[in-house]
Formats: sequence, structure tokens, C-alpha cells
Amino acid sequence: MQVFGASAGSRAARRSIGYLSETFRYPAWCTGNELLTLHQRLAGSDGGAAERTRLLDLVGLPDAANIRVDEMSKGMQQRLGLAQSLVGHPRLLLLDEPTSALDPVGRRLVRDVLSDLRSSGVAVLLNSHLLSEVELVCDRVVIIRAGQVVTEGAPHDLSRPRGVRVETDAGSRVLDGVGRDDVPALVAKLVADGEQVYAVTPLRSTLEEVYLEAVGGETK
Amino acid sequence: MSFVVDEVQPVGVLVAWAVRESLRRRVFVIVALLTVAFIVLYALGCHVAFREVHTIVGPNGISGHEFAGATLGGLAMFAILFLGSVLAAFLTLSTVRGDAENGLLQPLVVRPVGRAQVLFARWLAAALVCTAYVAIVYAAVLIVLHTTGDWSPDRIVGPGALLAASVSMLAALCILGSVAFTATANGIATFMVLGSGLFAGLLGQVGHGIGNRSLEHAAHVVSWVLPFEALYQYALSLTTADQVGLTRFLIRLGPLGGGEPGGPWLIPYAVLYLVAVAFVAMTFTARRDL
Repeated sequence: MQVFGASAGSRAARRSIGYLSETFRYPAWCTGNELLTLHQRLAGSDGGAAERTRLLDLVGLPDAANIRVDEMSKGMQQRLGLAQSLVGHPRLLLLDEPTSALDPVGRRLVRDVLSDLRSSGVAVLLNSHLLSEVELVCDRVVIIRAGQVVTEGAPHDLSRPRGVRVETDAGSRVLDGVGRDDVPALVAKLVADGEQVYAVTPLRSTLEEVYLEAVGGETK
Repeated sequence: MSFVVDEVQPVGVLVAWAVRESLRRRVFVIVALLTVAFIVLYALGCHVAFREVHTIVGPNGISGHEFAGATLGGLAMFAILFLGSVLAAFLTLSTVRGDAENGLLQPLVVRPVGRAQVLFARWLAAALVCTAYVAIVYAAVLIVLHTTGDWSPDRIVGPGALLAASVSMLAALCILGSVAFTATANGIATFMVLGSGLFAGLLGQVGHGIGNRSLEHAAHVVSWVLPFEALYQYALSLTTADQVGLTRFLIRLGPLGGGEPGGPWLIPYAVLYLVAVAFVAMTFTARRDL
């Protein structure tokens, strides 16, 4: 297996990789600045103070440069971990549950960061059980069970139509077996029947449903 | 050039990081406070002991002053070994498994740094910090012994260097233990190893006192299995290297383990032992799933 032309696991390959572990933790005694400086030196980055400032700004920690890790909340530490993973402009970013300790604001920030990275050509491998997050940011999804790939594809391709939700003056109901192409005829019929139609929403199975189906409904 | 960039530079970065960590962890403050307390009590003890022994004339040509100096010096050597070992153990007890379980190790080994380099850097940093610590405390002890009793060991540099080597070897064993054990278990195991070595030294001392060759032989074997004990015994023996006769015999009994010259093979053996420990630790760490 190769990573950007270098053997996987080799130092050349690891120079291209940024990584945030699920069990992220950093030495309690160091500051954000010191941690990023260490990783700059190990990664051979010559970004200096400008890179550190840019990364802390990027993850929403502009004032964390001189704050010790043990004075940071868990969410701040995870953001710092994301900044650490981005040191040296990695071409491949491996993120393991990167939003597990974040509040909704932090999760949105991470989504935005990932979108920006994708736009700039960085490959991001996101390992997560928060399928709603995966659905929002990923181009391609791989579902693994017991070390085996059970299904893969674009989120839209993995999901299936499962009817439409109709909201009328008589209330809201789901009509199974009706596809997106059937919506105009359905609306015309409802109007002809004298119902006031407020909304018709085509429904597709969620990634969570795809996941449950792929792993046989088991939660393990 | 590539070798320097790939191999030496990351080790230098990690050593500097680990030294800084050593000095900023709370355990260092605790060890420093304990050390100051020890030096103060030790100075007081030396002052009283030398004052009392000054009026005593020993039988059979025993030098009371020399005996008191060697005993107090031996006590200090043991205390330095113990405090240095506490420092070495706390700096290294979670190097592999403990840090991996806490998530501290993974961000480092994903960088273009070998696991072997991480281990070597952690050991080198611990050895540097412990050597500096031993040197400072040893120097303080020499000053106390000289000012309170006008006594100095027969060799000055050798005992300190051997003590530092002994503590550094214990740090290496602690790192080896950290590959398999959790931090707490490794700390316990390390102090049990330290205790085993010292206890074997005491047994050898008893064997020497009562003329039991079996006990002396057993202690000799243990000191080669755990060479930090042999280095410590060698250090002790150098402090009274020039003494002869009954004084020499009594001094060799020592307060907490007797001095024993190491012989010409001890240092090369200790180096080979260290290399073997490093090889085993690096091999198992390389195979470990982090």
C-alpha cells in the first residue's frame, strides 16, 4: 500500500499525514503554542509563529497560545488536537471521532474546516459513529463491520427513496411507494380532492438506516 | 545529511521536549523539596555525628573519624540512589503503555519519527535529568561532609559518575517495563527490582560479615543480573578505596549494602546490558499495537 507514492508507514508517507486520535490527550504542563511548536519541529514545518497563529485561529482558539493544556476544557483540547493534526500542511488527514468532545458550535466549526480542506485538495479520512456528521461532510462512506467492508459509496447513492411526507390542512402523513417523479401528479390529485397542500417532501433513508441495514441491525 | 535530518534531529527535538517536561512536572518539585529536606537533615546528622566521634578512640587502630565519614558517606550514597531512582521511575514509568493508553504517544509516533527514536529520546532525557540531579546532590553531600567533618571520599568523580550510571540504568529498565505494564504496575515493578538489588546487596554484606561464601556468591550473581546494584556497590567501594586493615573491613560492611570493586568488566558489561535492554524494549514496542 502506498501513500502519495511512499510506502505506507514509512517516514516519507508520514510526512504527508496529519492525525487526530480518538483518545487525544496532550501533556498537561505545555501551552498550545509549545505543543504546536513541537509538532512543527517533528513534521519539519518551517511555518513558524505565523502557522501556529493561523491554525489556532482556524480552530477557534485565537487566545490559546499561552494557555496550559490542563487549563483547557476537553473541547478546547480537541480543537487544539485538530490544529496539531494540520501542522505542516498534510495532504492526508486522518481524524478519529474529531467532534466527540465538541458542542454544536464546535462541530459546525469542524465541519467548516473539513469543507475548506476538501476544497483545497486535502484528502480527509473521517472515522466517526456520528452518522449525521458523516452525512453532512463526506463525499464517500465506507461502513466496516468486524474489520470487513460491508458497503461503500456516496451517501446519496447508499440511501434509498422511501416515500414522501405530505403536509395538508388534514395533517401530516407519509406516503410509501411514492417517488420524486410522482410528486406533481400527487399534488394535483390532493388539490383536486379539495385538500390544502402546504408541503411535499421526498424522503430518503438516512445513513443511520443504511448503517443498521448494512450491519444486520445489530448495534455492535 | 539525510541521516542527521531523519535520525538525529527528531531525537534532539524529543530529548529537549522530554527534559522540559521533566522540569515542569509536579513530581520534579516534590523531588526537589524532598532533596532539600534530606540535605538539611543530613547536614545536621553529620554535624552531630562528627562532633561525637571526634572524642572516641577506636580499638585496634580503627580510625573513628574515617569510619564515621565512610558510614555517613555511604548513607548519602544510598539516599542519592534512592531519590534518583524515584525521579528516574516517575519520569519513565508510563513511556509506552501508559502514554499509549492516555493518548499521549499516538500524536508523536504518527510524525516521521521512529518508535525506537521516541524510546531512546525518552531514556536519554531521563538519564540527563537524573545525572544532573545526582551530580547536584552528590556535590551537596561532599560539601556537607567536608565542612562538618573535614572528610572526603578517597575518589571524588568516580562514585558520582557510577551513581548516575546506576540511576540511568534503572530508568532504562523502567522504560522496558513500560512496554508491558501500566504506569502504576510498572512503578511498583521498578521499585521491586530496585529493592531486590539492594536487598541482595544487604545479603552479601551479611555474608561478608559472618564469612558465609554462599550469601556473598548469591549477592554477587544478583549484582550482575541487576547491574545497577553492581554499579552502586562499585561507587561505594571507591569512596573508601584507600582504606586498609580492620577499618577497611568494617567500612566494607557499609550502612545499607557494602562496597564491592566492580572489576574491569563491569563497565563494558553494563554498556552491553543497556544495549540489550534497549534492543528488547525497541523490538516489543515496534510490534505493539498502539
